[in-house]
Amino acid sequence: MRYSGFRVIAEALTGHKGWKPVWRDPTPQPDYDYIIVGGGGHGLATAYYLAKEFKQARIAVLEKGYLGGGNVGRNTTIIRSNYLLDGNEPFYEFSLKLWEGLEQDFNYNAMVSQRGIMNLIHTDAQRDAFTRRGNGMILHGADAVLLSRDEVKAIYPFLNFDNARFPIKGALAQKRGGTVRHDAVAWGYARGADLRGVDLIQNCEVTGMRIENGKIRGVETSRGFIGAKKVGVAVAGSSSRVMSHAGMRLPMESHVLQAFVSEGLKPLIDGVMTFGAGHFYVSQSDKGGLVFGGDIDGYNSYAQRGNLPVIEDVAEGGMALMPMIGRARLLRTWGGIMDMSMDGSPIIDKTGVEGLYFNGGWCYGGFKATPASGWCFAHLLATDQPHKTATAYRFDRFAKGLMIDEKGQGATPNLH
Amino acid sequence: MRLTCPLCGPRDRREFYYYGAEDYLHRPAPDAPIEAWDDHLHLRTNLAGVIKDLWYHEGGCASWLLVTRNTITHEVLSVERVADRKGASA
Repeated sequence: MRYSGFRVIAEALTGHKGWKPVWRDPTPQPDYDYIIVGGGGHGLATAYYLAKEFKQARIAVLEKGYLGGGNVGRNTTIIRSNYLLDGNEPFYEFSLKLWEGLEQDFNYNAMVSQRGIMNLIHTDAQRDAFTRRGNGMILHGADAVLLSRDEVKAIYPFLNFDNARFPIKGALAQKRGGTVRHDAVAWGYARGADLRGVDLIQNCEVTGMRIENGKIRGVETSRGFIGAKKVGVAVAGSSSRVMSHAGMRLPMESHVLQAFVSEGLKPLIDGVMTFGAGHFYVSQSDKGGLVFGGDIDGYNSYAQRGNLPVIEDVAEGGMALMPMIGRARLLRTWGGIMDMSMDGSPIIDKTGVEGLYFNGGWCYGGFKATPASGWCFAHLLATDQPHKTATAYRFDRFAKGLMIDEKGQGATPNLH
Repeated sequence: MRLTCPLCGPRDRREFYYYGAEDYLHRPAPDAPIEAWDDHLHLRTNLAGVIKDLWYHEGGCASWLLVTRNTITHEVLSVERVADRKGASA
């Protein structure tokens, strides 16, 4: 069933009786050519592109809970490609280009809104660094523009421009950045994959891996053994848990990241704004809530809830940037588990087990990567070769000293 | 979350700096093979459950602490000073 404006009108005139469930609820087959572990954004995107772009069949996605119930359903929905390093920027620009055509591609309204993103500048040194970053982005085919203090002021006159510690001196902006309706991304990919014959199997937890002579044979699950020629794992915060079934230790820790939504307000912030110096970033949802966040909680955790000191820290950042936020009430906060890698960059690679592939280490930045992550992982699964924009995302980059460390923090997952 | 420092008693989480997994206490010999150093610096068990990790009492007695806690519930089971551990050297 294709969605269109005409279809909505036709259904409205006939009592909305023609809408069908958007995907099937299949029972698992005894075996598949491909099993994707993880029914979140990255896993569903992988299955979608594997079926659509790489023309593969007999694919299943196994999800422990329900589709899109993890980090794709609990993030702050920002898309952008404003990275500096060679290993990252072409990949994220590829992702942003896929976002731009996504809704037409999978025929689903994901509310992709290129409302622009700006990173605020407070010092001359920061302006130099952001100028370099902007030039790097432009050289990789992305867009970037440096805004003066007056240009920022024309857009957001209410900011605290003369803060004694962090006066606002300008911003690096990417106009093609923006926000996307996060749940709809999972639903759109799920529907698109289902339409192409992918079995989306929910309430099916992987509890073990069957490996014989160094080769994957399939996975043990809460719904029995399912055989597979190739298994791809894309489970974000649960990466270390799932890969331990293959005896692997990963270069990452799991950490909690919190996010926040205020009560609904009149239109106030029409883009995305980041106040890196104050550990605060914010956008406004279509329902009017200010959606904002800051740093991770900072210690290894699998509890999907946050701690009060970070809520305090984020609130202080918000007050420093736009004091009027103190008049708004906080509607809710929540926490998700991030797969924080040792250098802050992801991994899309083969493993030491033949037929077992891994996609993870997205830290707190996985949402914007969803389309390219799915495409590149599907490329690796189908062809056994890395996609040209993802050649740096290897496991062995740590041992070889080829880390992709945007922040220059070293092997410290809690500081990226 | 609170940690009970052996010297200072129960203190707020804000006083402590999280460093990382217990792995950092098991430093390979300088001439150990590169795999041992890669393992030490980069690879983590990252268990969901009871783990040991290193915290620094930055806003208190400046002790390095080895904390045993549950990463699913945030329950803290024990806190000991790294310097008090058997075989520890200054």
